[in-house]
Amino acid sequence: MAAVQTRSERALNRVAIVAVLVITLIFLAPIYWITSTAFKPRNLATTIPPTVLFEPEISPFVKLFTKRSQLREAPSPEEYAAAPWWERMVFDGGEKIVRSGRGEIQPSGYPNRFMNSLIVAITSTVLAVGMGTFTAYGFSRFSVKGEADLLFFILSTRMLPPVVVAIPMFLMYRAVGLNDTHWGLIILYTAFNLSFSVWLMKGFIDEIPKEYEEAALVDGYTRMQAFFKIVIPEAATGIAATAVFCFITAWNEYAFALIMTNRRAQTAPPFIPSQVGSGLPDWTVIAAGTFLFLLPVAIFTFLLRNHLLRGMSFGAIRK
Amino acid sequence: MAHIELKGITKVFGNHAALKNMNIDIADGEFFVLLGQTGAGKTTTLRLIAGLEKPTAGQIFIDGQDVADWGAAERDVALVLQQYSLYPRYTVRENLEFPLKSRIRRVEPAEIKERVDRVAKTLRIEHLLDRKTDRLSGGEMQRVSIGRAIVRKPRVFLMDEPLSALDAKLREALRTELKNLQMNLGATFLFVTHDQIEAMSMGDKIGVLNHGHLVQTGTPQEIYQNPVNTFVARAVGSPPMNLIAGTLAGGEAVASEGCRLPLGNGPATATDGRPLFFGIRPEDLYLDSGAPGEARVHDVENHGVEKIVTLRTSNRELLQATVPARTELEIDEPVRFSWNPEKVVLFDGNSGMSLRHMG
Repeated sequence: MAAVQTRSERALNRVAIVAVLVITLIFLAPIYWITSTAFKPRNLATTIPPTVLFEPEISPFVKLFTKRSQLREAPSPEEYAAAPWWERMVFDGGEKIVRSGRGEIQPSGYPNRFMNSLIVAITSTVLAVGMGTFTAYGFSRFSVKGEADLLFFILSTRMLPPVVVAIPMFLMYRAVGLNDTHWGLIILYTAFNLSFSVWLMKGFIDEIPKEYEEAALVDGYTRMQAFFKIVIPEAATGIAATAVFCFITAWNEYAFALIMTNRRAQTAPPFIPSQVGSGLPDWTVIAAGTFLFLLPVAIFTFLLRNHLLRGMSFGAIRK
Repeated sequence: MAHIELKGITKVFGNHAALKNMNIDIADGEFFVLLGQTGAGKTTTLRLIAGLEKPTAGQIFIDGQDVADWGAAERDVALVLQQYSLYPRYTVRENLEFPLKSRIRRVEPAEIKERVDRVAKTLRIEHLLDRKTDRLSGGEMQRVSIGRAIVRKPRVFLMDEPLSALDAKLREALRTELKNLQMNLGATFLFVTHDQIEAMSMGDKIGVLNHGHLVQTGTPQEIYQNPVNTFVARAVGSPPMNLIAGTLAGGEAVASEGCRLPLGNGPATATDGRPLFFGIRPEDLYLDSGAPGEARVHDVENHGVEKIVTLRTSNRELLQATVPARTELEIDEPVRFSWNPEKVVLFDGNSGMSLRHMG
C-alpha cells in the first residue's frame, strides 16, 4: 500500500469517487421514486413536473390492505364523522372501504400474496441451497465418474431463458395438479436455483482444505458429523451469498408466477400490477405494494452483509 | 499403545504407484521416522495407516489385527499435520476438546476438562486456552495440534512433518520436546519428515523411502554408518557421505583421479579392478600434509564448532570434510587429504549397493 499518493493518483481517486456517487444516484433514483410515491396523496402521484415536497400520508397503505369501491356520492357528514381517521383518508380519495354485512372490513388480496411470496421464496431458497451444498460437497470431495460432464449438464439447465419452457411446464403442471399451488412454484424455483447453487457452493467448498475434515475423521467423527461440524461453519460465507442470490431470484420471479398461479398461491409480483385500483390506476397503491415488497430482500441482504462482502469476492479476502 | 505392521503395501493412484510392496514393523513404544523426499510416499503411508486411504494391495495390522475394514474413527490413531491441523473458528480449548467429544468416545465432561487442562499444562499452552486459533503463532499452533493428539491417548501417533513449517529455532526446541514427550508417554510414534536431522536426532528407528520403495530400515547409527546403497548414503547425514569413484588394487583404493588410499581389512572383499564407489563420511576425511590425496580448497563453511571444507580433486570431484574451527584455509589453497580406512564403505559402481549388504 502506498502511503504517499502522487498528485495524479489523488486526481484519479477524486474521479473515482465522483463516478461512484453518480452510479449510486442512478441506482437509488427508482427506489426514491417508489418510496416517495408510496407516501403521496393520489393527486400528487402523477403531476408533471413531479412533486418533490409534499406532506407524506399513509393512505396508499390503507388502500393497499383493504378492499375498496368507487364512491357514487359523497358520504353523509355523520358517516364521515363516525369513520376512523384512516377511513376518512379513503373517503377523501373518492373511494370507500368495502364492509361485510356485519360491518367487518374486507381485506385486499395483498397480505395473502405477500405471505405466498414469503412461503415460496424461503422454502425454495432453503431447498436449493441445502441440496446445492450437499451436491457441491460430493463433487468437491469425492471422485465422481464423469464429474466435468455432470457439472456441465447441471449448468446447461441455465442456458436457455426459462420462459421458453413456460407453455410445456404449464401443461405438465395442469396435468399433475400443481397449478396454483405453493409446491408448484417451490419446485420450479428450486430447480432454477439449484444449478446456480451447486456451482457457487462448489467454488466455496473447494477452498476449504480437506485436511480439516480428515482431522475430524481421525478424531472419531463420521463423514456426516465432520460435514456439519467443520464444513458448514467454514462454508457459512458461501452459503449466505448463495442464499441471497437464490432468495432474490425466487422473490422477484414474475413470468412463471403469472402463468402458473392466479389465486391461492399467487405471489406478490403478478399481483401488484393487477392492483391498478378501481377506475384509473392508483399509482400510490402500486408504489406502496412495491415498497413493502422490497423490504424483505433489503432486510435479508442487510443481515447477511458481512458474509456477502466476503462471499462476493470469492475467497479473495479469506485468510 | 500399539504395534503397527505393514505387509506388502502397494498404493496406486491412477497410473502412478505411490508405494511399492512396502513392509514396515513398528514396535510398541517405538519412535519410528520415515525419511524421504517430497513424493517418496511418506504421507501416503500415514494416510493408509490412519484409514484415510485404502491400500491397493497388502495388509495393515494394528496390534496384530487386520484393520482393512476399519474406518479412520475406529483405528484410534492421532494425526498431526504440517498445516491446517487446527479447526478454525474454534478456541484452543474447543480444539483440544473436539476429539473427546466424539460420540464414539463418550468422555464425561468433568474428565474432558481434566484431560484438557493436564495436556495444556504439559505443553505449556494454558494461557492460550481461550484464544481463537487464528491468533496463534506457528509454534503455538503446532503445540496445540500435538496437544489435540495427546489428549485422546491414541494407540499410535502419526505425524506428518509437524515441524517443517516452523522457523529453525522453534523447530529445534520442539524436536527435543516431542522426543521427551514420546518417551514420557511411552507411545508409538510414526513421524514423517524430509529432514534427515530430525530423523537422526529423534528416531529410534529410521525407514528411508525412495520413490515408494522402503530402501532401508535401521537405527540411526546403522543407517548412518552402514547405508545400504548410495542413495541412503547421500540422503542421510549433513553434509552427506562422500562418494569417490575408483577401483581396488592390491588392497588399496585407487581413486579415479589417480591417488591411492589405504583400506581397512573389513570391507576389502571385492575383486581388483571392479568399479566401485568408496563412501566416506566427512568427519572421517582429514587433511594432512603427508597424506596421499591431492586437492584444492573449493569452499569453506564456518559452522562455529567446526568448519566444513569442500575439496576439489584434480578431476573436479567435490569432497567434503570437517576440520576443527581453528584451521585456517584459503580458497584454492592446495591441500592433501586421507581418510580413516576403517570407516570406508564400499558400493558397487553400477548398482550403487553396499558390498557389505550384498554379502
